[in-house]
Amino acid sequence: MHGIVLPILLPAIAASLIALVAHRDLVLARTLSIASTVALLLVAIALLDAADGGSIATYALGDWPAPFGIVLVLDRLSALMLVLTAGLALAVLLYCVNAWDARGRHFHALFQFQLMGLNGAFLTGDFFNLFVFFEILLIASYGLAVHGGGAGRLRAGLQYVVVNLVGSTLFLFAVGLLYGVTGTLNMADLALKVPVVAPAEHALLRSGALLLLLVFALKAALVPLHFWLPGTYANAPGPVAALFAVLTKVGAYAIIRLFTLAFGEGAGDLAFLAAPWLMPAALLTLTLGMFGVLAARRLAVMISFAVVGSMGTLLIAVALFTPQALSAALYYLIHSTLAAGAFFLVADLVSERRPADGDALAAGAAFTQTGTVGALFLLAAIAMAGLPPLSGFVGKLLILDAARDAFNRNWIWSVMLSTSLLAIVGFARAGSLLFWKSGALARHPDAQAPARTALPIAAVGLLLTASAALTVQAGPVNRYLEATATQLFAPAAYIDAVLGAEGGNE
Amino acid sequence: MEWLVATAVGVLTASGVYLVLRGRSFPVVLGLALLSYAVNVFLFASGRLAVDLPPVIREGGQYTDPLPQALVLTAIVISFGMTAVTVAMAIRAFLESGSERVDAPAAGDADEASGR
Repeated sequence: MHGIVLPILLPAIAASLIALVAHRDLVLARTLSIASTVALLLVAIALLDAADGGSIATYALGDWPAPFGIVLVLDRLSALMLVLTAGLALAVLLYCVNAWDARGRHFHALFQFQLMGLNGAFLTGDFFNLFVFFEILLIASYGLAVHGGGAGRLRAGLQYVVVNLVGSTLFLFAVGLLYGVTGTLNMADLALKVPVVAPAEHALLRSGALLLLLVFALKAALVPLHFWLPGTYANAPGPVAALFAVLTKVGAYAIIRLFTLAFGEGAGDLAFLAAPWLMPAALLTLTLGMFGVLAARRLAVMISFAVVGSMGTLLIAVALFTPQALSAALYYLIHSTLAAGAFFLVADLVSERRPADGDALAAGAAFTQTGTVGALFLLAAIAMAGLPPLSGFVGKLLILDAARDAFNRNWIWSVMLSTSLLAIVGFARAGSLLFWKSGALARHPDAQAPARTALPIAAVGLLLTASAALTVQAGPVNRYLEATATQLFAPAAYIDAVLGAEGGNE
Repeated sequence: MEWLVATAVGVLTASGVYLVLRGRSFPVVLGLALLSYAVNVFLFASGRLAVDLPPVIREGGQYTDPLPQALVLTAIVISFGMTAVTVAMAIRAFLESGSERVDAPAAGDADEASGR
């Protein structure tokens, strides 16, 4: 099935074309970029449809059989992540074509390379290949994070690069450890080799797995490795921060993949060795993120901390390591990506309209379209805080329900419920400062609506509609996610699909 | 041999970590380079240390694991590219802000008028 490689090839070709042919012609670059992203979304939906049958499809690059060659693997989880990425990317792209993509060079080429890296990371079945795709998505994100330039943005960008390079180094150390002990880096083959590793080597294997957890936790902005996120996201251009909403999810995806497949139930002594570390860190992440929401003095910083908090919620559900909790985690993952994307775009709508104050959380001069932007802010805040009727409410409810039988239920429930209150207070304060107090003041003499406003607002509306649709369609979505979680907790099918009969796993 | 490789990885990592924790961009870039050297040597060792052996399986002969060599090659290329990106960004940040310090003020103060 050659379709599996398309989500990597399509953006790669589009990016090269844009960089080579269309780097001076913005209209052509926009057309190519949007066409490629629409095609990507269609391909992803087709792949999701194929994966929904329950079969796991593989694609051996260069026709080298696993575990010797590198395979791409399409199961329900990767198909879901592909659709989510393509959908978010399309909305962000529609937002960008108003003006943002003209404020620096090579925006669309970098954007497509970013998609290529993301899709590759979701599809690959090999840890070294995962490292390579991480680097592709990171190097594109370095460019996007400093798009438009400016001293503050470049300084934040440099910190982001340095933190991630240290992360990449740790990733390589972990990969080296795993290879030294097991002799393989193929994820499915690793799942077979881990249970038969001699007990004397368990210390090395454990270090390798926990180093990988550290690397993925850095990407997922888990406390105490969250420190890079607020600075980077708040200083990146608004639409880029919206796209980065899916970047933290790559870390969560990798944690789910590694600790259900290679270090899952079948790993003997090493089964679920991440859980004791992940749960306290996730609870701390949620608490710290929501306190950050209260303390923030800029809208983008506030949303960045809300993203940190939402990663905490997501990883609480992951750290329970039960099929029910994992399915709730995946629902929350979809929701928080859409909500964070929409919220960052709203923040950009606000700062575009406030020439003097930017997105500072202070009563400034009144600005245009307060009503429309304010309504969008309200909806995005409702989604992010987890109030009904948008999908955050359903997501949190599912996670609370999944934690019903956990031994640390009281901790999980009290932290999740009290931090929700903190989020509501923080968002309400920000909204009243930005829209009510500012609205009562005189208008800034330079204040005028940006030239084209329909498309950006429609793009935000698209993401919020998706969040609403996720609530309305919660039944079918949940059935798919439950099937996904069941598939993840029965890794034998995955191993069979990748290694076939030669894997010795008949 | 083992002693030599282990010491090299240890010294390179320690110096790299020390330099990365410095406050200015030039030592940080050097530190990242040292860390990538350390990890390259470490990856070599993950295929077991062997001297004077070919990376191909021959009839009855001993061989050295070829995969770490391929991994190291990829890692070298990537870290080379990444070092170039870091240097370019460090220079841009220096030119725009007039200082090469990487320990910027808190996120809220770095660029008040974001979106400009």
